[in-house]
Parts: sequence; structure tokens; C-alpha cells
Amino acid sequence: MSSRANGAAEAPDVLTLYGEPVQSRLLLGTSLYPSPDIMRRSVEASGASILTVSLRRESSRDAGAGSRFWDMVKGFGARVLPNTAGCHTPREAITTAQMAREVFETNWVKLEVIANDDTLQPEVFGLVEAAEVLCRDGFQVFPYCTEDLSVAERLLGAGCQVLMPWAAPIGTGRGLMNPYGLRSLRAYFPDTPLIVDAGIGAPSHAAEAMEMGFDGILLNTAVAKAHDSVAMATAFAKAIEAGRLAYRAGIMPPRDMASPSTPVAGLAFIDAARAS
Amino acid sequence: MKITVNGEARITEAKSLEELCRELGFTEVKIATARNGDFVPAKGREAVALAEGDAIEVLSPRQGG
Repeated sequence: MSSRANGAAEAPDVLTLYGEPVQSRLLLGTSLYPSPDIMRRSVEASGASILTVSLRRESSRDAGAGSRFWDMVKGFGARVLPNTAGCHTPREAITTAQMAREVFETNWVKLEVIANDDTLQPEVFGLVEAAEVLCRDGFQVFPYCTEDLSVAERLLGAGCQVLMPWAAPIGTGRGLMNPYGLRSLRAYFPDTPLIVDAGIGAPSHAAEAMEMGFDGILLNTAVAKAHDSVAMATAFAKAIEAGRLAYRAGIMPPRDMASPSTPVAGLAFIDAARAS
Repeated sequence: MKITVNGEARITEAKSLEELCRELGFTEVKIATARNGDFVPAKGREAVALAEGDAIEVLSPRQGG
């Protein structure tokens, strides 16, 4: 790297999503934690400024459970990104998004249309259809999608300004299953905020995606199900920051042949036999 | 009349969705409603008359990934 570039990574580097500056490139889910207190401490440790939430059926037997959860999340001071998790059709997702907009008072929606309960893979045809309707209705849509370029183009055409391709099926923690496809997506849409969502299991997975140039990571299970969620939230925050910094710093291309890092010039020829 | 609320059968005399929400005790809580798959905003619940066989969904904030 030339000396001219040195220090470039210290310049301001703020992620902007739908015109909103975002402080952290880690977006965190609020599900599956052992306790509300561990969730709260994990959120604090992660530094996340966007938290995903959902809507579920309210029960007369425990009326107010949703309100209590919502009050707690509001106390975190983070912005919320409601999801449409569990929706299998555009109609389900659209109605859920409309309900979420009223409850959470935001136009942001993490749009999920699920194709298959075993893989939880996006149903991309329904996803595009729902995105078209919601974008027309004033939503700012964060679609959970695959790394498929043609689907990405359709989603952008529908009005999405952010894409959230999966790394692997939700909850599997398998990391980047198709690095080539993700790298292609990044290269193909250099100016679109791309957040890797789902399938991230270890901080190294997150760092790998960030080193490719992805703009952020959305994860939940890897933190919530860690033996120590709070420590894992810290680990992910550091990995994502490191990956981003490395991407901006310019990672050296791999080489096939070895190349000494210590200068060859000035090397003492102590063994005369080797020198001859 | 017989309707379903969140997938459970229920007999109600409530005339409107707003009245049903009161009957269910959802007066001071954060909820969103849908009738037969269509979103019904809070301001519209009073005007939505219930009918036999209606499927009502009452959702509230929860954890999500």
C-alpha cells in the first residue's frame, strides 16, 4: 500500500441506511437470550444501534407481555427493525409489516418471506412481490434475500435501497456458504448497502464478510446461544470493526510463491558452501 | 357469534373490533389487529363490524431475529 493511502481508514466511515446514519455495523436480534438481563447486557456490549424485533399473538392470559417487552427495548435507545419472520406468503408479510409499522412506529421493515421451514430460505418470488407493494406503500424495506444477482436486481427495482443476503440458513451458524456468490454480489452492487443476515456463527465469519466489503452484519443466534452471550457480543463487535478496517485498509492479494519479509540485501553468507 | 381470535374459537357479542379488544382486556396494551388477513389500524377498529366466522389476529411486540 502506498504511503499516500496511509491513514485513509481513519477517515469518517459512517454507514447510512435509508438516509439514516448508523453508528454500528452490527445489527442484533433480540430473541433466544437466556434472560432479559442477559439480552440487555449483550445489546450494550455489542454496541448495536439497530435491534430486530417481531410481532406475535397477544394472549389474554398475559395481556401486556408485548408492551413490557417493547418498553424494555425502547429503554436500550436503539432503533428497531421489525421483521416479518415466519411469513410464507406476500399477503402474510404485507399485513404483518403494516401491523408492525403501527406498533413500532417505523417505516423500516426486515422483510422475510420464507419458502421452506427446514431451510428457512427466502421465497424470492414472493419476496419481490411483497417488496413492490411495501415500497409503494412508503415502507423502507430491508429484504432478507439470497446472493442471487437477478433477485437482487428485482428487489432494487422494486424500491429497496438495502439488501440483506444470507450467509447460510437462519440459525445454522455455518458461516459464508457461498463466498463466491457473496463476493459477486458485492462487486455487482458497489453502491448499495449490503448487510449479511443469517447463518453467521462465529466472529471470524463476520470478519470474513466485512473483509469482502459488506456494510454490516445482522445476527442473533450466535450471540444469544453462546455460553457467554455478553462476551460473544463483544467478540462480534470487535470482529466486525476489524473486518471493516481491514477492508478499508486494503488486504494484500494472495500469492502462490513465498516472498521473504525480512530484507535479503545484507544477508550474511556464513556457510561458504551454501554461497558457492 | 362465533369467531376465532389468534386461532382460538371464541363466542362473542362484541359488535366491533374495538369492542372485542376491550372484551379481551387489550385496552392499555400495545397491539395491532387484523381481520380475515387484512390489517385494521387502531383508528379503524370501531368502524369494523364483526361477522360470524371472522378470523381476528391481535399481535404485540416480541423478541425477533
